[in-house]
Amino acid sequence: MLRRFLGVLSLAALIGLGGCATTGGTPGDPLEGYNRAMFGFNDGLDKVVFKPLATGYKTVLPQFARTGVTNFFSNLGDIWIGINNILQGKVEAGAGDFVRFLVNSTVGVVGLFDVASNTGLEKHNEDLGQTLGRWGMGSGAYVVLPILGPSNVRDGLSLLFVDWRGYPVWYINDVSVRNSLIAVRFIDARANLLDVSDLAEEAALDHYAYIRDAFIQRRRSLIYDGEPPREPDPDKASEAGASKDAVARSETELPPARIITQRGERVITAGDGERTPAQEFSGAPAQPVAAGPEAADAAGAVYEPRVPANYGALLTVSGEVRTGLAQTSPRP
Amino acid sequence: MMRLLLGLCIALFAAAVPAQDMAPDVLIKKISDEVIEIIKQDKDIRAGNQKKINELVDAKVLPHFNFSHMTALAVGRNWPKANAEQQKMLTSEFRNLLVRTYSSALTTYKNQVIELKPLRAAAGDTDVMVRTQVKQPGTEPVSIDYSMEKTPAGWKVYDVVVGGVSLVTNYRETFNAEIRDGGVDGLIKSLARKNSSLETQAGSKPK
Repeated sequence: MLRRFLGVLSLAALIGLGGCATTGGTPGDPLEGYNRAMFGFNDGLDKVVFKPLATGYKTVLPQFARTGVTNFFSNLGDIWIGINNILQGKVEAGAGDFVRFLVNSTVGVVGLFDVASNTGLEKHNEDLGQTLGRWGMGSGAYVVLPILGPSNVRDGLSLLFVDWRGYPVWYINDVSVRNSLIAVRFIDARANLLDVSDLAEEAALDHYAYIRDAFIQRRRSLIYDGEPPREPDPDKASEAGASKDAVARSETELPPARIITQRGERVITAGDGERTPAQEFSGAPAQPVAAGPEAADAAGAVYEPRVPANYGALLTVSGEVRTGLAQTSPRP
Repeated sequence: MMRLLLGLCIALFAAAVPAQDMAPDVLIKKISDEVIEIIKQDKDIRAGNQKKINELVDAKVLPHFNFSHMTALAVGRNWPKANAEQQKMLTSEFRNLLVRTYSSALTTYKNQVIELKPLRAAAGDTDVMVRTQVKQPGTEPVSIDYSMEKTPAGWKVYDVVVGGVSLVTNYRETFNAEIRDGGVDGLIKSLARKNSSLETQAGSKPK
């Protein structure tokens, strides 16, 4: 019932969004109008219901008991994490997840103790959305789901239709037991995030945008298991930089890393329009910025499908920005 | 006795290497270790004594950060549109915001272990990423990566990436929107307003 309710709400959110697609002002967030409203709703609900519950839970239960609860639910998640690791071709990591589950379920007393971590078997973070991302599927628009919060079309659909099937608690026949467990898991997870959520609220000028951009960065990082590609060569970065401006962040899709050939050299690039900021402002002294046909050729060979009409102009702007930055960058 | 002597030698040697000459990963390790040691020993800091936290951060952490580079990174393509005076004000407000919000996070320290990943950099590199992992039993390790550049005054941090999220560029979209709506001065005003509201909050909280 709980799941169905959430499912219906979220599905409605994911599908019925076309109508408000034009309300957003931020490129890369076409559903901003709806998203902001849902974010506000979630935030209000959180302030009135979940946050107080989580705070109470944290006050009542001592740290070791809460760690036990977190470990218990985390252990049940390891099976699905392992399956996803294997689907992504990371067989060793996946096998590690299954061993974790076996060890923690037995030696770790039904998962209350994470003994596997102490033996060097690290906990991973995987789900179907990441697997699909790894396979090359774009994320689709950023979507704030009711109650469940920040997501995108790919991850949201994965979560609602598939991920939960990989979580054993949903297979418990006694509905009240099942729902209680799900509720405890939710509150426990919220309690673990209390410090972080307070921090984010303090740090943000615009809470909604701060959470959105952090979510997008975080998912990209997770797809690459924490090591999204970084280009060390600022000269080459300038071309990729142009392409970033070129796509104007019109989408939040995250294609997989790929190795392409540029000027006869192998370069690992991030997905289209994705660059780490470090590349963009890696602070090289003003160098002749590749612009015009040469750069367009080099970049165009890779990014062609998404090059807009004003590509040349954007290249120039990007060049100016780089030069300007090199001049204004604080390097003595 | 031998061990003590050896320890002293190492301590002296470590002290003799000035921060300018230290490799970036060694520097990060040294700062983290020092800060953690102080937090462990200082009950006031763990209890949230803001004055003491600020002293610690000012003395140990901030000298190793390049805030104008950070601000340029956060502002992105609009940075050159700001004049020198505006850039200075942006840097000062952004610095205040970052320091104020993130230094309070030090109080949440609970026996986590910080591990350095091997540094992947060539000898002549002037721009590297030092990767660390914060380990805590029961949860997946959280990565904290520091982008660092070499300056005559030693290696300086210009970006901090926590769990894949850059604490600096995460502001870029917001800053772009602020500049689009109110110009560079609009952004400066918003930052100043945010900082002063945090100040009032801190004043009203019995800390």
